Amino acid sequence: MDVFLTSRIASDVLGGLTNGVIYGLVALSLVLVWRSTGILNFAQGAMPMLATYVGMVTFGHYFGYWICVVIAVLVGFLIGAGTERVLVRPLYGKPEINPVVVMVGFLTVLEAVAAAIWSSTPRSLTTPFSPIDFHLSGKPFALSAFSLYQIITAVVVMVAVAVLFRFTNLGLQLRASALAPEVSRLLGVRVNRMLTLGWTLSTGVGTITAILVASNFFTGLTPQVMDGIFAFGFIAAAVGGLDSPVGSIVAGIVMGIILQFVGDYVNSNAIILVALAILIVSLMARPNGVFSPVKTRRV
Amino acid sequence: MSDGSGQPILALEGVSVDFGGLRALHDISFGVATGEIVGLIGPNGAGKTTAFNVACGFVKPTAGAVHYPLIQKSNLRPNQLSRAGIARTLQGVGLFTHCTVLENVMAGGQTRPDGGFLNSFVASPRGIRAERRLRDDAMNVLARLGVADVASELPSSIPYGIAKKVSVARALMSEPRLLMLDEPASGLDEAELSEFAAMILDLRSSMGVLLVEHNMEFVMPLVERLVVLNFGEVIAEGTPGEVRNNDAVVAAYLGVAQ
Repeated sequence: MDVFLTSRIASDVLGGLTNGVIYGLVALSLVLVWRSTGILNFAQGAMPMLATYVGMVTFGHYFGYWICVVIAVLVGFLIGAGTERVLVRPLYGKPEINPVVVMVGFLTVLEAVAAAIWSSTPRSLTTPFSPIDFHLSGKPFALSAFSLYQIITAVVVMVAVAVLFRFTNLGLQLRASALAPEVSRLLGVRVNRMLTLGWTLSTGVGTITAILVASNFFTGLTPQVMDGIFAFGFIAAAVGGLDSPVGSIVAGIVMGIILQFVGDYVNSNAIILVALAILIVSLMARPNGVFSPVKTRRV
Repeated sequence: MSDGSGQPILALEGVSVDFGGLRALHDISFGVATGEIVGLIGPNGAGKTTAFNVACGFVKPTAGAVHYPLIQKSNLRPNQLSRAGIARTLQGVGLFTHCTVLENVMAGGQTRPDGGFLNSFVASPRGIRAERRLRDDAMNVLARLGVADVASELPSSIPYGIAKKVSVARALMSEPRLLMLDEPASGLDEAELSEFAAMILDLRSSMGVLLVEHNMEFVMPLVERLVVLNFGEVIAEGTPGEVRNNDAVVAAYLGVAQ
């Protein structure tokens, strides 16, 4: 057992899982916004990045790690709600290209603002968890306290979102508003409030993701910290299905593991190429996503 | 009849609606109270659906006002309607396709005072109790309409007649004093029609019912009062017997010159 756990294959699977849960979280946050408002939020990485700077850097001078995490997530909630109310609400019912242009522009603005305030120099966030791999029988084992923290946090967030949507009345209102806004209004659901809540939750999930990414000893926090991760999360959401929270998470985890093997056995430069190949092949085979409940319509 | 019968729930007063240059409704007035079944009829294009949409806030009146006496307010938005004691079903069934029948019915109970946003969000004991009560009430309403056995099905897998009852069950969750039914008879077969009529008669003991309907055989024996629209105006109002013998109504339906 020890030999297997310290083997190259096991270490690739564990390393891939650690990355994959992050892609899954980004994909989940994209799905939350897509399902409620039909908008692909290209600033889905940048909004949480800003919340992370405010919570972890600005408040980091005064408080410890865990209090800063809570503050950052609350700031993320505020950024998500504020963005929906101010920037996104005028875009409903407009041509599909409008929100794309606005959100790409917003991404650029947020990264510029962050660089202007906090500079582009990477900042390391001190976490209570060691990034050094555990050892088994004297050999390194591809899991550290930090990667365990990352995996457990991601799973807790995913389960919490699932419970909220599946088993609470609030989740029912969120689902109803996304499916049929007019009917929901007649039933007394405050649909606009639910759309705001969708963006709020999504940015909250995004902020937890950004904190995990930026807390990584090898990455640190920069204004562009989420750009690459966003690309992989976006591919996971498209492959798994933008309508399917579970599908996008599974796609994120599977992609993380596949890409880890590619990086290890082929070349780390091939990772993005393989990711794009996965996207293209899966879109050709199942345009709505592998797990999407929506059937393709032939016209 | 139950207590509170005869209490006015909805009143349209001098309502006109213009769509651009087209006058869809002109100076119409009528009301509905608890304990009565009122039919809104008229030939195609008479303005029935517009009148319905004005009553529930989807369309704003160009002139006149819609009053909701129960909460003493006028011209509400659709999401305030159920708080005014009014529930509406849509043409077709309008169920949420990805939610089970039970979840669909639970979605109808969103205006209850208990629970609340924060309690639901943080799953407080109060929030959890409210959720359980919502689920139990939804099952009771389904049982009352005789369709509890499909609670865990998806709307796509149940017969149309049952789905229509489910949409009524969803509307009943807000405990309305007035139920607005948009073409309830459409798509139902003979047996389903008589079952549906019996259900509406049964509901009357606790609420008023306003229905838009084409199927005269369904409407005539069911309602106490009819409001007849033609070209956006009320041309007659009265009992089915009175309306049937009204010259203007006969002319509107048969196209006879007056």
